[in-house]
Amino acid sequence: MHNIVRHHATEVVLTAVIIVMGAFLTLSTDRFLTLGNVFDLLNISSVNIIFAVGLLVVLIAGGIDISFAVAASVVQYVTVLALGGIGGGGWLSGFLIAASVGVLLGLINAVLIHRFRIISIVATIATFNIYFGLLMFFTKGVSIYALPDWLTTRVVLYEREMADGSWAEITLPVAVMILCVMTTWLLLARTTTGRQLFAFGDNPEGARRFGIPIGAMQFIAFGWLGLMAGIAGLMQAHYAQEVVPNALYGRELDVLAAVVLGGARLGGGKGSVLGCVLGVLLVSVTQNGLNLMGVSPFAFKMIVGAIILTAITLSSVRLEKLAPILSRRTQDTGSTAGEGEIR
Amino acid sequence: MTGFARRFNAIFGADMAGPLTALAAVLVIMGLASPHFLTAATFGSVAFQLPELGVLTLAMLVPILTGGLNLAITFTANIAGLTLAWTLQTHGGADAGPGAFLVGSCLALIVGALSGLVMGLVIAFTRAHPILVSLSMMIFLRGLGEFLTRGGDISGFPAFIAPIGHGSVLGIPVPLLILVACVLASHVLLSRTRLGFSTYMIGSNIESARYSGINTRKVLVLVYMLSGIMAAVAGIIMLARFNSVRVGHGESYLLITVLACFLGGINPFGGFGRVLPVFVALVVLQLLSSGLNLLGANQHLTTAVWGILLIIVMVMRWASSTFTGKTK
Repeated sequence: MHNIVRHHATEVVLTAVIIVMGAFLTLSTDRFLTLGNVFDLLNISSVNIIFAVGLLVVLIAGGIDISFAVAASVVQYVTVLALGGIGGGGWLSGFLIAASVGVLLGLINAVLIHRFRIISIVATIATFNIYFGLLMFFTKGVSIYALPDWLTTRVVLYEREMADGSWAEITLPVAVMILCVMTTWLLLARTTTGRQLFAFGDNPEGARRFGIPIGAMQFIAFGWLGLMAGIAGLMQAHYAQEVVPNALYGRELDVLAAVVLGGARLGGGKGSVLGCVLGVLLVSVTQNGLNLMGVSPFAFKMIVGAIILTAITLSSVRLEKLAPILSRRTQDTGSTAGEGEIR
Repeated sequence: MTGFARRFNAIFGADMAGPLTALAAVLVIMGLASPHFLTAATFGSVAFQLPELGVLTLAMLVPILTGGLNLAITFTANIAGLTLAWTLQTHGGADAGPGAFLVGSCLALIVGALSGLVMGLVIAFTRAHPILVSLSMMIFLRGLGEFLTRGGDISGFPAFIAPIGHGSVLGIPVPLLILVACVLASHVLLSRTRLGFSTYMIGSNIESARYSGINTRKVLVLVYMLSGIMAAVAGIIMLARFNSVRVGHGESYLLITVLACFLGGINPFGGFGRVLPVFVALVVLQLLSSGLNLLGANQHLTTAVWGILLIIVMVMRWASSTFTGKTK
């Protein structure tokens, strides 16, 4: 038990906060702890979680990416146009096109970062502007509503009629999200590449001297985020049943905040898939709870922002200062406060 | 050739080469591409459009020099603008006097400083990453602004405010004068004062700055307050230029200010970089925008070209350091 708390402090704290909030919302509203609402939460959070696990890999490898959300918008547009070109297509061709365009856009970032030694935040701010500018220029900001039928038809994987006659449903994005989360977890926790990504993020020069291929690490990390962005883009188009060029604009910063809330460190070498999912869920549960409690939607972002600010402040204060009981065991890891540099 | 390079570096500084080359390239290419480019009208419109982006970039610049980032600048500007707008509205809206404007402007600057103060305190005392702190501050301020205005805009200001956005003194646009004043103030602050010196030291190596007796926490707090105040100035200029305040005005400038700083040779890790190359980089960006506009492109294509320009400059910097054998 002590070891779990020590090694997974962020995850434990996040779980505790979510449970406390859930308990409070269960008591104060009669809608929160219903199957319908829980499924809604999952359906709504899916796209962000897919983005988040992709971004997590880049953060662990010591980089940062600002461009992935607008890259996903580009993917949506290109995919829908390409599907029109091949006469409709289906889920398989949709996923293939979206994934390959996403990976391609991610690899552009990796080339700039690795080949030309541009720091990731500079490179991705540049590609952010290029992707978004060109997308808006070529589409003239026009949305696409005429999507293929298979893409807009809701795919319900599990449904159950509730006592009040409403339907609780698990839809396709949730299954895709779970698949993305599982594969990212496998990549990070169960493969050599995953260990190398952590090592590279923690100390690139040390990793290089160890014989870890630096270039491959950058390409894997940004390629993985590109893949996730492509899939998330397709899921968002499926969920929203339309393609709006600026729908995902600004999403990158929200996802970044949630991922870091989940314990990933800017500067690399630290972070977990579970924490990242919990980070997104915390934000979703907060919004959902505010909604159920009848708080004005205009106040949502303000409250979410305040919560993230508080959480980041608290999580950066050394744990042993807040909980003296833990200090005996945490002293050996106590030097990790403070953040590394983004490369 | 090396003699020329040395003399150039002695006069302008080595970090001026990139922006001045880009400036020359833009002037030549656009001048050849469009006969209307090298006219007074172009430079007039640049002079009026530059200040909002320029002052916001100054707000971004100082935190970057400490190795941080302030992502909250655009919404700090909005909230400061709202503060001024409300002060004017409570004093009679369009009939408000100059006194109300002065009080409102002071309040706006205080609000900007407050937002910086909170961020600075959190960054200095918990050592949380500035990107995260300013990011959550940005989300908070955006939410606060949307909550207070319900997504609408506030307009109807007294007539004497308009010249701040549109007027000219001796043929020089007033907003440009404000920008130049801010640029000079930042330049003097960074190159001639104790605070400026400490800012660079913190950006180079915060630990050794602390060991050499610099109160790093105090400096960090002051830097972010300064950034907030600069953002508030930008908010006031935006209010005067648009004659309205809306949360989200200037939102798209956020990453452009970072782009301008990097284009101006600021080291992304902090510690190195000067104000004047950034100013030249800003002029380049705005000239490029006006030139593309004359050629029939819209703002979105300009955004993409700005991004491409940043990559070109970074690749050239990489190439020059690779081929001259210098490693930086």
